[in-house]
Amino acid sequence: MTALVLLSYEENQIRSTSRSTIAAAKKFGEVHALLVGHNLSELSQKAAKLEGVTKVLVADHEAYAHMLAQPVTDLILSIAETYDYILVSANAEGKDILPRVAGLLDVQPITDVVEVVNENTFVRPIYAGSILATVKSSDNKKLLSIRGTAFEPVSDEGGQASIEALSKVAHSEKALAQFVSVEVTKSDRPELESARVIISGGRGMQSGANFAMLEKIADILDAAIGASRAAVDAGYVGNDYQVGQTGKIVAPQLYIAVGISGAIQHLAGMKDSKIIVAINKDPDAPIFKVADYGIIGDLFEILPQLENRLANR
Amino acid sequence: MKVLVPVKRVVDSNIKPLVKSDNSGVETDGLKMSMNPFDETAVEEAVRLKEQNIVSEIVAVSIGEAKCQDTLRTAMAMGAYRSILITSDELLEPLSIAKILQKIVEKEQPNLVLMGKQASDDDTNATGQILAGLLGWSQGTFVSKLELTSDKARVHREIDEGVQILDLTLPAVITTDLRLNEPRFASLPNIMKARKKPIETIALSDMDIKTTTRLEMLSVKEASTSREGIILNSVEELVEKLQNEAKVI
Repeated sequence: MTALVLLSYEENQIRSTSRSTIAAAKKFGEVHALLVGHNLSELSQKAAKLEGVTKVLVADHEAYAHMLAQPVTDLILSIAETYDYILVSANAEGKDILPRVAGLLDVQPITDVVEVVNENTFVRPIYAGSILATVKSSDNKKLLSIRGTAFEPVSDEGGQASIEALSKVAHSEKALAQFVSVEVTKSDRPELESARVIISGGRGMQSGANFAMLEKIADILDAAIGASRAAVDAGYVGNDYQVGQTGKIVAPQLYIAVGISGAIQHLAGMKDSKIIVAINKDPDAPIFKVADYGIIGDLFEILPQLENRLANR
Repeated sequence: MKVLVPVKRVVDSNIKPLVKSDNSGVETDGLKMSMNPFDETAVEEAVRLKEQNIVSEIVAVSIGEAKCQDTLRTAMAMGAYRSILITSDELLEPLSIAKILQKIVEKEQPNLVLMGKQASDDDTNATGQILAGLLGWSQGTFVSKLELTSDKARVHREIDEGVQILDLTLPAVITTDLRLNEPRFASLPNIMKARKKPIETIALSDMDIKTTTRLEMLSVKEASTSREGIILNSVEELVEKLQNEAKVI
């Protein structure tokens, strides 16, 4: 059995979620990685070192520069025949592409896989993560998106994969979508999906300016900053901060929820964190039910104290 | 311009359903059912585009048991002009739903299919993309802002590192993020009016589509979320616990 993993990357770094996807793919047999984009020479070298990958297929063409669904789908379809499994990371990119490929292969995709039970049986969350369903696929080919937090990523070194350039550009003549621009949120902090520590703010923060209080603590702990949907909808921070059912799924060593009530949709995104701390003034807030440690009180008093204590420990 | 809006009837997203005692599935009997909130966003957007005279006709479509009529009535109370109901008692997967929608698109010839990016029950996030693939149309997924003109759709997509803007050639399938808008509540007069709007009913069995189930649900279980947490009295105590007990800082 051979599995194909579509790699996800940002600024010449392969995302850790892709290394988790490779970890899942290794359960099926040999793993080939597919690198799609433009100007990929540095990334190809990095991909070849990924633990457990035996071959890296590289499709380097300007038509692939923005990983648009249509050309990438056409490319995957052109090589799909030889693979029993096609895996992507369950991030925005993977979720955009995988079902389009699946439909054209007449396969029902299995999304957000959190456990591989055996070669055709998988566990995935439903109802905003409150229920786990075990599903068995009767499709000949399995198309899976893998939730990165559920699989320990493979190492980014030690592999010795061969690199093979895919010369035939498989996208159709007429592009259906034109890239206009991307607004990237620049940050020196670790990215949410791979951060060891995350501190998140909710509606209780009362304003975007108050997120500066979280930033000070994040600086001390080298933490990423997250937010609940309520905080994003209120305009405090951008949507790329959002943790939850419709945002990012995270599982850091430490998750600090500040002024977040704990709606089921938010819990869906962070409940697998190792240690959860809740700071909220409402003792009945559902967030306390999922927290390991809670402090009931006014966050505007507690945060400066916490910053001070952490800085002087 | 004509827009097709598929809507799904789901357990109300504010309710947490329970697992059946034999773990064979999710108990949905007797629970309040509503329109999938992601689809509600799609209906709202279509109605706003109609109010701006960019869209001329909105057709809602739902697939499932007869009670999906209620969901279609809601869509029509919000502003859809008419509806199509494909009746079936089978449990249908996104692949099958997309195949059915493909037939409806071929029949109705819309310029745009606007639908929720996922359903709040199975959270699959696939039907729109599958449909776009089957139709050979462009797709704009997870859209939080939409600017529509007669020949193209400019979409702002929520992606991992920020926002990506694409121009899609029409016809297109666009899937909506909850951030796109705040859906309206239908007014009583509009609810009354919606009762008189037409619903065309088609039996799935008359449609000549193979809907074999590919994914068998073997079992379900509650995801464990609750923890034996403790409430601490001070920040000092918290930092001490994080350092010495949890050892995470």
